[in-house]
This record gives sequence, structure tokens and C-alpha cells, in this order.
Amino acid sequence: FLNFFFFFFVRIDGFVQQKVSVEVLDHLEHLALVDFRDSEGVERLQKAIQFADQLQEVNTDGVEPMDSVLEDRCLYLREDDVTEGNCTKELLENAREKLEEYFVAPPGNIPLPKLEERETFLQGS
Amino acid sequence: MQGSFTGLQTGIGQPLGILDGIPIAVKDNFNTAGIETTCASNMLKGYISPYNATVVQKLLDHGAVLLGKTNLDEFAMGSGSTDGVFGPVRNPWSYSKQYKEKSVPKSHSEEESDWVITGGSSGGSAAAVSSFTCFAALGSDTGGSTRNPAAHCGVVGLKPTYGLISRHGLIPLVNSMDVPGILTRCVDDAAVLLGSLAGHDPKDSTTIQDDFKPFELPNLTDVSKLSIGIPKEYHAPGLSSEILALWSKAADLFKNAGAKVVEVSLPHTRYSIVCYHVLCTAEVASNMARFDGLEYGHRSDMKDSTESMYAATRREGFNDVVRGRILSGNYFLLKQNYEKYFVKAQKVRRLIANDFVKVFRSGVDVLLTPTTLSDAAPYTEFIQEDNRTRSAQDDILTQAANMAGLPAINVPTALSERGLPVGLQFIGRSFQEKQLLTVAKWFEKQVQFPVIELEEVKRHDNGVFQHQKSASFS
Repeated sequence: FLNFFFFFFVRIDGFVQQKVSVEVLDHLEHLALVDFRDSEGVERLQKAIQFADQLQEVNTDGVEPMDSVLEDRCLYLREDDVTEGNCTKELLENAREKLEEYFVAPPGNIPLPKLEERETFLQGS
Repeated sequence: MQGSFTGLQTGIGQPLGILDGIPIAVKDNFNTAGIETTCASNMLKGYISPYNATVVQKLLDHGAVLLGKTNLDEFAMGSGSTDGVFGPVRNPWSYSKQYKEKSVPKSHSEEESDWVITGGSSGGSAAAVSSFTCFAALGSDTGGSTRNPAAHCGVVGLKPTYGLISRHGLIPLVNSMDVPGILTRCVDDAAVLLGSLAGHDPKDSTTIQDDFKPFELPNLTDVSKLSIGIPKEYHAPGLSSEILALWSKAADLFKNAGAKVVEVSLPHTRYSIVCYHVLCTAEVASNMARFDGLEYGHRSDMKDSTESMYAATRREGFNDVVRGRILSGNYFLLKQNYEKYFVKAQKVRRLIANDFVKVFRSGVDVLLTPTTLSDAAPYTEFIQEDNRTRSAQDDILTQAANMAGLPAINVPTALSERGLPVGLQFIGRSFQEKQLLTVAKWFEKQVQFPVIELEEVKRHDNGVFQHQKSASFS
């Protein structure tokens, strides 16, 4: 009886965790320009957040965030002299669409279609 | 053979350098001029690098012969080398006499699917070195990606101190933790490679400016002045009893030889993997933003707008693992989550780094830990869990060294009950690679790890084994 009770509690915990709202998921798709292809993708994010929540257990009062392990050293700064360049041809070599010395992009300043209008898994949610 | 290579290369008869004629393989996330660099991703299929990564250039300047680019997990994300677009990497030990002898006789088709993984993400590099196709290989190490496959493939895997070797040309995963890794068959070779690669690079401002002098490893005979630390938290849940026993035996080896062996504590060890998860995904979200199809790489046919082209390109170019990390990273970097996750993880990172500082300050020279939780898993078993879960499990012992930027090395130690390699890890003080490698070399000499017996090789050329024996003693 006790075993069953414990198991039941563990399952309740799983449901109580906050689900990420569709608005936030949509916002993420816009920011990252990458989509949640299916429910597995969303589930993956949920699990990742749950995993990261363990950090809250650590007491970090008075601790400064660490950006780099080399924080005690001065960054190398070189002289402001031109030492290389003139490689336009090489740089353009790998671009699929170019014209003379330009990379060609489709028209800009057009936002990604809204959730309702674009093809995304999130539409069903 | 050396002579003929020199002749081809210079026509003068002078050796080009210490690596003259030595075949070396390079992980496919290093840029190699004129050669396709894909990172095992559709995003960079067909991308021909216009330049050599600094480490690749250094190898070539010393006379090394680039044998090829090795397979990996897509964009170095993974711990099995199973998630690249070219398919998974098979561990050469799957075909060894030692492994076959220990497995239950099977039908031919069952044997075909019985092969084990190399570990990752530098699995291709480890397999290349392990199967005698080259003398050394370059890998990259962000969370253990060099040491993990080194342990599973029975080769030496060195992760140098962050800032020692240039990352220019290494396609970045986590800028604050990535380092190029070195895979070789013995510790002396690793020291030779390190000597050729280390040093300040003006093109990578995160390399330190101190003078680096290549060194030869002394043959340590007296370990009585050495202090070896055994961090108790590395007895992690899931550690196989075999590896635990091996770890214990190794500690005894040092103790019996006169070294001081002490138990130490790194209290934040169990949070290092969580911390890594947050910082890694956050940096990945940033680093992967450069792949938009405009200047290089895959480009979608979508033409409606720049943003929709980017979105379609990234949808087509990245696999689930990469996309998952980008989305998680973006989540942790949202304004409402920034303090709670990203900054918090940075604070925990400092705590982890401080743990190591405290331990080394107390007089410990080198830490001894296991490298992996178990020997290599069969592929069919490994893919039962998703990439993130596996990485969280497999990186647990190697990850903290990347957090703190410390040098670490996997030394192949013994064969498991299944006939597969198991390695142990030494973690050293910052920039003290000479001390770390000296201890590792002493240990390597004591354990006499067996040479892989690949049946085909054995049939055709008995001379190979004599040569290999001398390589591990040199």
C-alpha cells in the first residue's frame, strides 16, 4: 500500500510542473528561427528546463558569475594594423547566391508569419 | 617510408619538422583549406573551407600528413558519435579478438548488429587512432568529447588547459570551454603533439601569452613526492563496479609505490552537469546563429523573405539534437529567465572552479578519477535513450574539468569483462601539462594496457605488433 502511495506522489509531481506556454514557444521559434518540429521537440524543452531547475538547490549568495576561466589575465590586443585581407574571391566561393561582390538575400524587413499563418507544429496547441 | 615522404614533400632531403611524414587525422569540425568541413551536418555539407585552422596549419608546418577528416556527432553535440549525418562510428574494439572471445557466439547477422559505440563526440578520431589508421588525431573537448571516446577506444586522450592551444578554425560549440583535444596511442606521443600545437596565437585572443616550451617527458621512477587526490564525489551513481574496482586498484598502485594518496572533496560535482547543460545550450544558441545560409553552407530555396529563408535553412540543415539545444539555450537566455538560469549557472561555475582551486591549494598535485561510468555500450542499446539524456549521463565525470578549464587526460588502463577498454582520468593543475603527463606516463607504464588484436591485421602482418609494442614503451 505504501509503495503505491509513493508512486502516486511521484506522478503528481510530474504534472504540477509548469508547462511552457504556447506564447513562449512561439516567441522562441521567432528568436531562434528554428522550429519545434513535433511534440517531441516541445517535450525535449520541458525536460531540459526540469533538468536545469536543479540549479536552484545551490546556494550562490555572494558569488560572482564567472564568464571565463582566464578572467585574471589581460586579453591579448594586437596593433591596429591591416595584416590580411583581399580575399573577396575566397569568401564568395561558398555562397550559393551572389551577384558581383554581393551576397544576395531575399527581401528583408518582412517579419516571420504569425503563429496562425505559418506552418508550425505549435498551431495545433 | 619516412625518407620517401620527405623526398616527395621537399625534394631536398631535410625533414620538415618533428612530425615529418606522420599521418594524422583531424576531426571534421576543424577548418581545412580546400577540404570539405561538414561538422557531420547537412548545414555544412559541401562547404569547402577557405582556410586552415591554426592547429591544422601547425601540424602541416611540422610535416604531418593529413590523412582525412573524421566523423563526429553533429556539431560535436553528443556522447556517442552516433548522431552525425554520415551515420554512427563503430568502435574498432567491436571487431577485436578480445571482444569477440568474451561475447556469446551468435549468428552472423546478430554479430553484425553487436558492435559497440566509440563514445563521443570525437569518436571518429578515437577510432582512427585505435585501428592503426593514423598515429594521432585531433579531436575537440567541450564536456569530455576527447576523453570519453579515448576511454572507450583504448587510446590516450588529452584535454589541454583552456587557453593553451588555439581555437582559431575550430568551429565553436561553447567558446568558454572548447579546446582542441589530442588522441594518440601513448602518452609520449601526446606530449610531442602538444609541443607542436601549444602556444599563443594572435588569431585567438583567448590563448594565453606566456611562452610555451615543448618538453620531453622524464621517466619518473620515484613517486614518493607526489600527492594524488581521489575526489569522493566521482563515485557517481551508475558507476560500474568494474570501474570502481579499477579506480581503487590504481589508487593502491600509487600508494604502494610511495605516493601520498588522499581522499578529497569537490562538493559541487553533481551540479556541474546541470551547469554545463545551461551554459552549453546558451552558448550554442548564440554560436549556431551564424548559420543562415547566406554566406556559406546549406541554403534553402525559400525566397519569401530573409527571415523565412533563414528559418527554412535552419529547419533543413540542423538535426533534432542541435535544434533542441538552440531552443533550450534561447529559453534560458530570455529576459525573464536570464538571472534564474544563465547567471545562476555562471555563479555555480565559479563554485565548481573554486572547488578545484581549494583542492590543489591543499597540496594535491594530480586528481585520479574514472573517465566513464562503464565500458562501451552496444549501439542498439545506446540509442534507446535520447542524446540529451545520454550526454547528461556520460559527461558526468569529464565535464567539470572543462568548467574549470583544467588539463585532463584519459589513460587506457585495462580491459573490462566484456573485453572492451576502460580508462582512468588524471586532472592536473592549470597549465601544468608537464606534471600531468609525467604522472600519466608513469601510470601507463605500470598498467601495460594490451594492444588491440584485430584479426585481419594479425593475419597479414605479424610485424605490426612488434612495432606497436615499442610505440607504447617509447
